[in-house]
Amino acid sequence: MNKRLVFVNMILRSLVRRRLRMLAAFLAVALGSTVLSGMLTLYRDIPRQLGREFRSYGANMVLVPSGESGIMSMDEVEAAAEHLPPDQLVGITPYRYESLGINRQPYTAAGVRFAQIAKTSPYWQVDGSWPARGDEIMIGADISRITGITPGTQARISGHARDMTPFALDMIVSGVVRTGGTEESVIFMELGSLERIMGAPGRVNLVEISIEAGQDELAALAAEIGENVEGATPRLVKRVASSEATVLGKLRFLVFLVAAVVMGLTLICVATTMMTVVMERRKEIGLKKALGAESGTVIMEFIAEGAVLGLAGGIAGVALGYYFAQLTSRSVFGRSVEFDLVAVPAALAAAVAVAVLACLLPVKKAAEVEPAIVLRGE
Amino acid sequence: MNILELRGVSMTYGAVKALQNIDLAVKQGEWLAIMGPSGSGKTTMMNIVGCMDKASDGSVVLDGEELSRLSPKGLTAIRRDKIGLIFQQFHLVPYLTALENVVLAQYYHSMPDEAEALAALGNVGLGERARHLPSQLSGGEQQRVCIARALINCPQLILADEPTGNLDEANEKLVLKILHRLHESGSTIIVVTHSPEVGEHAERVIILEHGKIARTTTGAKLHKSA
Ligand SMILES: Nc1ncnc2c1ncn2[C@@H]1O[C@H](COP(=O)(O)OP(=O)(O)OP(=O)(O)O)[C@@H](O)[C@H]1O
Ligand SMILES: [Mg+2]
Repeated sequence: MNKRLVFVNMILRSLVRRRLRMLAAFLAVALGSTVLSGMLTLYRDIPRQLGREFRSYGANMVLVPSGESGIMSMDEVEAAAEHLPPDQLVGITPYRYESLGINRQPYTAAGVRFAQIAKTSPYWQVDGSWPARGDEIMIGADISRITGITPGTQARISGHARDMTPFALDMIVSGVVRTGGTEESVIFMELGSLERIMGAPGRVNLVEISIEAGQDELAALAAEIGENVEGATPRLVKRVASSEATVLGKLRFLVFLVAAVVMGLTLICVATTMMTVVMERRKEIGLKKALGAESGTVIMEFIAEGAVLGLAGGIAGVALGYYFAQLTSRSVFGRSVEFDLVAVPAALAAAVAVAVLACLLPVKKAAEVEPAIVLRGE
Repeated sequence: MNILELRGVSMTYGAVKALQNIDLAVKQGEWLAIMGPSGSGKTTMMNIVGCMDKASDGSVVLDGEELSRLSPKGLTAIRRDKIGLIFQQFHLVPYLTALENVVLAQYYHSMPDEAEALAALGNVGLGERARHLPSQLSGGEQQRVCIARALINCPQLILADEPTGNLDEANEKLVLKILHRLHESGSTIIVVTHSPEVGEHAERVIILEHGKIARTTTGAKLHKSA
């Protein structure tokens, strides 16, 4: 039987025998490290997740016509698209703008590819449904409000084609789109339908591209297109990229703040418990000293108890924290997090450190207990 | 040869003079009893002799070592190496079994040796109850565990403060038998007691009053006067 065994046995028995008293401290550590490990895991995973989310969040590159004409040809758009790696391309949609009337009111119409818009502009909110057939259109919420046209009704589209022949035809408004931007006063229809009505096919005013790529890669792609394609000039959409950084920064701050507060609360809770424990165990401490234990030995015993408490609470908390991070990630991002090889040991170490730290003050009290109290029979 | 010498020892707690100018010498292997009314300073003396308190004044020499010159660490070492303590309230660590309580004393002293600890419990008649927690033992059994623990490191000086104060007659006899055995094997014993039946077993009895040695007598005389 060696000394270490006696020591370990004593620490474990002391904790187990006092389990009701220790429960509060254990739960505090467990909850603290749940939050800490959960937040750490998310914190380290969020940039990855959000980056993906942001990149798929709308267009991050546009193609505009190079010349004065304000027009590029579909051939040029296709030539530019050749330079985009297909496995990273989320969506690409051309826009052709024309002036049209809807129920006699003049508006801008855009010929687009609806199947692609859902990818380049995923934030569009549509009342009704996306147009599925060539005679279906979608209108902005402003137009709907002003003209009173609602989803599922017919509207008369009129105007002059490119060759100046007037036209008028009835189309079905399948949906109303809300974006909070200028799209709300635009009529959207399939590019093919617009080309049939207006004539002069192959004209494009703008192309929106959403591609999964970081800022550097994006810039490189833009430069490549700029050099190789005549009529189309690529531009990066800065807004999304910079707000990504802002959001991440704020999120990190929030995570740090919450983690600090939680660890502080854990510290207080464990310290309070250990304080009570030391007070309750004054006799036991006095006895151990009367038996010849030095203050340092008694201190080590309490710190070891704190460390075991921290470790046990930490393990429980890390397991729970992983579960919660998983839950959060699934419901917020729709993806699962990976088991984080940095966050988990870090949270565990923090749990042990906090528990031990919380023991330091009470332990000072323990060291001050006089062995003489044992004979006094307090 | 004297194992313990007190010269002019005084102890004051604020205005309370718990001990006043005590002179006392205890020979190696002697059995001494300290008696006296409550508050007369018996426990105070045990605390000083047991290296758990320092006297306010005077000199205490234990086994050639002047206690007043020692640091708290040095006192701890003497307590650990030379003294076995038996208390009125059977102080056991509540979450450790009888055996583990005895092993604890070995652990703080030197090396734990379970077989030796078991044998010590056997010597006080508790071989069968070694794996019981203090809460599962009677008062007399707990006191015997305490005694086994006090003796496990073969202390030169055994200090017992009211060792039978909370025990019935049968258990008192058991404890006295153990003390006799220790005395015969050459241990020095100092027992504080209220009870003349316990005091009469000692070779010498000192009676404290108001922190002073009022009288010195022998166990035999105490027996006759009772
Ligand atoms: N820590 C202390 N602080 C102040 N006074 C104390 C302290 N310890 C003891 N005293 C006082 O010293 C005196 C002697 O106390 P002590 O405990 O030695 O008596 P005792 O002879 O052991 O009594 P009893 O038989 O009741 O155990 C008492 O008046 C007591 O009140
Ligand atoms: Mg007393």
